[in-house]
Amino acid sequence: MGPTSDDGLKPEDRRKIEQDNKVGTAGRPAKRSHLKVAAICGVAFFGMVGAAYAAVPLYKLFCQATGFDGTVRKAVAKPTKVLDRKIEIRFDANVRNLPWDFTALQTSQTVRIGDTGLAFFKVTNRGDKPMTGRAIYNVVPEQAGPYFQKLECFCFSNQTIAPGQTVEFPVVYFVDPGFVDDVDTKGKSEITLSYTFFPAVPDAAGAKQAAATPRIVEPLGGRPPTGL
Amino acid sequence: MAHAADIDHHDAHDAHDDADHKPPFIARWFGSTNHKDIGTLYIIFAIMAGLVGGLLSGLIRWELAEPGIQVFRPGGSLDVFMQTVSGGRFQNIGIVESSKHGYNAVVTAHALIMIFFMVMPAMIGGFGNWFVPIMIGAPDMAFPRMNNVSFWLLVAAWCLLLTSMFVDGGPGRGFGGGWTIYPPLSTTGHTGPSMDLAILALHLAGASSILGAINFITTIFNMRAPGMTLHRMPLFAWSVLITAFLLLLSLPVLAGAITMLLTDRNFGTHFFDPAAGGDPVMFQHLFWFFGHPEVYILILPGFGIISHIVSTFSKKPIFGYLAMAYAMVAIGFVGFIVWAHHMYTVGMSINLRAYFVAATMVIAVPTGVKIFSWIATMWGGSISFKTPMLWAIGFIFLFTVGGVTGVVLSNAGIDYSLHDTYYVVAHFHYVLSLGAVFAIFAGFFYWFEKMWGVKYNEFLGCLQFWIMFVGVNVIFFPQHFLGLQGMPRRYVDYPVAFAHWNYVSSVGYAITAVGVLVFLVILIEAAIRRRPAEANPWGEGATTLEWTLSSPPPFHQFSDPPVIKADSH
Repeated sequence: MGPTSDDGLKPEDRRKIEQDNKVGTAGRPAKRSHLKVAAICGVAFFGMVGAAYAAVPLYKLFCQATGFDGTVRKAVAKPTKVLDRKIEIRFDANVRNLPWDFTALQTSQTVRIGDTGLAFFKVTNRGDKPMTGRAIYNVVPEQAGPYFQKLECFCFSNQTIAPGQTVEFPVVYFVDPGFVDDVDTKGKSEITLSYTFFPAVPDAAGAKQAAATPRIVEPLGGRPPTGL
Repeated sequence: MAHAADIDHHDAHDAHDDADHKPPFIARWFGSTNHKDIGTLYIIFAIMAGLVGGLLSGLIRWELAEPGIQVFRPGGSLDVFMQTVSGGRFQNIGIVESSKHGYNAVVTAHALIMIFFMVMPAMIGGFGNWFVPIMIGAPDMAFPRMNNVSFWLLVAAWCLLLTSMFVDGGPGRGFGGGWTIYPPLSTTGHTGPSMDLAILALHLAGASSILGAINFITTIFNMRAPGMTLHRMPLFAWSVLITAFLLLLSLPVLAGAITMLLTDRNFGTHFFDPAAGGDPVMFQHLFWFFGHPEVYILILPGFGIISHIVSTFSKKPIFGYLAMAYAMVAIGFVGFIVWAHHMYTVGMSINLRAYFVAATMVIAVPTGVKIFSWIATMWGGSISFKTPMLWAIGFIFLFTVGGVTGVVLSNAGIDYSLHDTYYVVAHFHYVLSLGAVFAIFAGFFYWFEKMWGVKYNEFLGCLQFWIMFVGVNVIFFPQHFLGLQGMPRRYVDYPVAFAHWNYVSSVGYAITAVGVLVFLVILIEAAIRRRPAEANPWGEGATTLEWTLSSPPPFHQFSDPPVIKADSH
């Protein structure tokens, strides 16, 4: 306890009383720094709203950097080490809101870990006008996301297909040897790669261009994952 | 607590002529700037909203009383009931839609109403407004007009939420995606305006809470009476301060997330639309970054209330005052870094799950500090089992049960099986419906005389406690069994195998409903009999500043601040 005067008050308490007794309007004690505290709270509020929006690019960055939640990553070069262990890759093809037929030309492939595999997918536009789609992809098990990497894929960009046209797309991929060391994945014997073709989303300017040439502008609100 | 033991009354409050001058009715209640009047408005609002939310849960238990669909189908029990009470004049006018979607809409509305329009207004807006300024010796809140704005924003939010129940949602009337409003069900799954109205309701309720939180923080930091240091401040004021910080830091994230939902729905953005590179799982992260602190927002003021009551009725200062205060700080802090335990099943890596399991279990430590300190406060005390104390002890017991099932669920491995089952429903109703709501009843009866200036009937108070104690346990304890047997939540129907415990649970609802009726009888009885209140009905154990004032307190108190000299630690 600090020093106290004869009425039992500490000096700081006495100061506070004197300050409080400085009367403001309507007989109330003068406001000391209410607005300052409220302003700091306001800054915290807007900071957190900003943080919520900053989460959008940060979250994407995080998913692509870590392969979190099955995000497949784009690689520039194939690994140098090839293991003896083999793994089965299964393929899955889906279409949503497009008059397209989309199939994988093989149900599954068995590749050695670290070796590149080549798979083909076939798309036919059954509609009566050219359509542009974007393939969104994922792998199961999700933990294999960091290790399933692609050197070449039709999903890296938008694809425009003329009416009645059939296109075959190659996918060049490999499973990184790190797969066998990760506690989450080393027991797994197969990976499923799944694609879904969605209509690509042009913005207003892009829609005009798309009418002339089938070039599609990046969608609003977030660009599709394009890998590192 | 017990910091107000030696309060200097060198200036009696009644020396001021204007202390009890009240404005006329409209100005007093519609343009109120008085923290006690606004607190009263909040409490009345919370009681009304609680009755509506309780009726909605009655529809849920009615539907689930037996297998098959009885209530939520055209010509079902609800339609028959409505036709009977209207004398056959209305053939097809249900309060809610008679369809399976109607069930989902009712579940959603029940949750949103109970969280945002019952527990939060009662705890923070009601008791917080009423007693935080008094407990810290302040004449009013720091921003009295903003306080009024907070309340009326909530009323506007309430109107929007109710409207949303009656307009087209897409699959039917109302929004049926649950209070977690996960996309894509809340974006492409509900195309009607109902979801937009619900989002705007959450925006307004959030703005109301943010303004309230800023008000409480400023009041507690700037307006404490001389000598009322933070470490002498009563635990209820501490709990509201921590709650205000949680609100300030978590609600903006919800506001951001639901704004993204709104623009995804109406303005062509793709934050959560996988077809254009968005990610629906990101919404879950944002939502639970708000949602987990939110559940502590619901319970922390209750912790403060219970501390006061246990201390008062044991006639002892609270055991481990500082540990109690900092346990709440710790719970608030850790509450921000455990959010993903609500979403173990989205496919996180084992390391991430391990972190969230460990962080979640850590919360049991400060919570345990609080539980054991309450027990230690009672230990060796001269306990009187008045109504508030019954509710407080009921709270401690049932909250502990809910906490234990929470530790069970915190294990990612177990949660994989129990995720979205009735075990989770039982868990969060034990901590909220039986925890937060018991704390609200405890506080309501603890401060009944102080707030309303009349006494309640002690016998009826005890009767209501025992009826509701039995009722809510009969509702929710069997839901543990249902969940362990694998019954999923949010389903309108279930296999016959689950019939028995569902029936028991619905019987529990009927018992609880009787308890709520007794509560209304208590209010009416007290209003009719008007037994004059005492300034301090609880005697020597009641040591905080509100008991130094008359009951009800003068319209303006502490124009000359009380001086807190004693330090009982």
